[in-house]
Amino acid sequence: MKKLINDPSNVVEESMKGLARAHADLLRVHFDPNYVVRIDAPRAGKVGVISGGGSGHEPMHSGFVGYGMLDAACPGPIFTSPTPDQIVAAAHAVNGGAGVLFIVKNYTGDILNFDIAAELCRNEGIEVESVLIHDDVAVEDSLYTAGRRGVGLTIFAEKICGAAAEAGLSLAEVAAIGREVSERGRSMGMALTPCIVPAVGQPTFTLREDEMEIGVGIHGEPGRQRSRLLRADEITDILATTIFDDLPFRRGSEAIVMVNGMGGTPLMELYIVFRHLAELCDARGIAIRRNLVGNYITSLEMAGCSITMMEVDDALLRWWDAPVRTPALRW
Amino acid sequence: MKNIMISNVRVESAVLVDWMLRFADKILENKEMLTALDAAIGDADHGINMARGMEEVRRRLAAYADEDLGALFKTIGMTLLSKVGGASGPLYGTLFLRMGVASSGKSELTNGEFAAAFAAGVDGVRQRGSARIGDKTMVDALLPAMVALQRALEEHASLCEAMQAAMQAAEEGMKATIPMQASKGRASYLGPRSIGHQDPGATSAYLLILSAAEAICQAAQPDAIAEASSGG
Repeated sequence: MKKLINDPSNVVEESMKGLARAHADLLRVHFDPNYVVRIDAPRAGKVGVISGGGSGHEPMHSGFVGYGMLDAACPGPIFTSPTPDQIVAAAHAVNGGAGVLFIVKNYTGDILNFDIAAELCRNEGIEVESVLIHDDVAVEDSLYTAGRRGVGLTIFAEKICGAAAEAGLSLAEVAAIGREVSERGRSMGMALTPCIVPAVGQPTFTLREDEMEIGVGIHGEPGRQRSRLLRADEITDILATTIFDDLPFRRGSEAIVMVNGMGGTPLMELYIVFRHLAELCDARGIAIRRNLVGNYITSLEMAGCSITMMEVDDALLRWWDAPVRTPALRW
Repeated sequence: MKNIMISNVRVESAVLVDWMLRFADKILENKEMLTALDAAIGDADHGINMARGMEEVRRRLAAYADEDLGALFKTIGMTLLSKVGGASGPLYGTLFLRMGVASSGKSELTNGEFAAAFAAGVDGVRQRGSARIGDKTMVDALLPAMVALQRALEEHASLCEAMQAAMQAAEEGMKATIPMQASKGRASYLGPRSIGHQDPGATSAYLLILSAAEAICQAAQPDAIAEASSGG
């Protein structure tokens, strides 16, 4: 294992401290329990938007704390969900009396911890709504599994719910918009190389030099198939057509599109993927209204990419375009 | 003769503390093994997470003086809830919190009360995770252990004997997860590829039952030794 770290057991805390120093104008961090919170929280009368999950996916979620997006993020240990005490403390820190919205990715650990936190918050008089993100189309048979995993669409939900909360919408309204995002978006990813959890020291899975994993999860969970390495355009074909067919996108659909790097893929390669994705959208008559290309939801140093597409209308686009000022997303 | 003598063991806070210290030792001893099992079908953190939680339980138990078993179980449950994370934290946390509710205000539990508290804990785990037998989870070790414990006590076994039966049932349940296809948690995404691997959650659950059996039988032993020496 070759990593730019001091001690595997301190990576999350040291990284949070660095984030706080780098973005002292936007956010502050709290330790024991760990959470990252907007500098001006709590804001009276504003719904607090909270997300969280295992660390190792940076910039998600802590990098999206700030004006117009998340009020707080609860980072767990690497690839491990945060605990209820963190989430409850974050809820208290952001509650301005209008309640809090939890944006939860569909993993068993995340759901259980956020569920217990929601129970505890309600016992303490904080109103809570949850939006579940489960956009990974690589999971084919949701009936026999824990369901589709929450991946790239989480960023879209955090941006859009954050904008709606900033505009003063009620908890029920912000939650309804979050659920609309959840229904309208799909993602799929692939890996060229595995990643190493610092405390483990070994790759979470192995891929031969000529292999790739199609449909990989953000913790290196296996996907639909392990196959021989294909060219970028062929990989993009597989990811994009699976997403197109699942929603389904049709001629005339308008979309926000993200080509996301898994952490170890150069931006140059992500643009190669975006180039072909745009061609595929053109051919199908799908209009890309907005896009993100870069590392937004990563898996440590894994090489690979994911594509997220959300069908949008003008109302969702307005929330997307609303000002945002966070470490990793701002316009 | 020995069976009659050791049937008098009561589960009191010293036994519970011993149970937890033994469980902490076993988790730390088997940390790499649990993580390796999880790497095969999950996300390679079960050993690390459980070790983090049980180290904290051990630290807090060192300062524990209260006689109330309900409070002790609650401390253990809240510690695991806040330190373990993942799915295991809420599930083990729920197990102990429910055992705490069932033994609230008591300084010792009779055999029947202990079995009832354990059953309440296992029910809590089943509800929280909505897992059933055969889903390849910790329930595959916990539920057979609960049934074996109750059955043995109904047949008038001592608590030590009943826990040994529970331990055997948990071990069989743990091994039975090997040919199962997972339908809960991250392992479920593997589909048929999860077959052939022992479930890490069922494995740590077996270690929990094994630790309980050791602590309870150890508590029963001094009586037996005293009786034997006075008789000789």
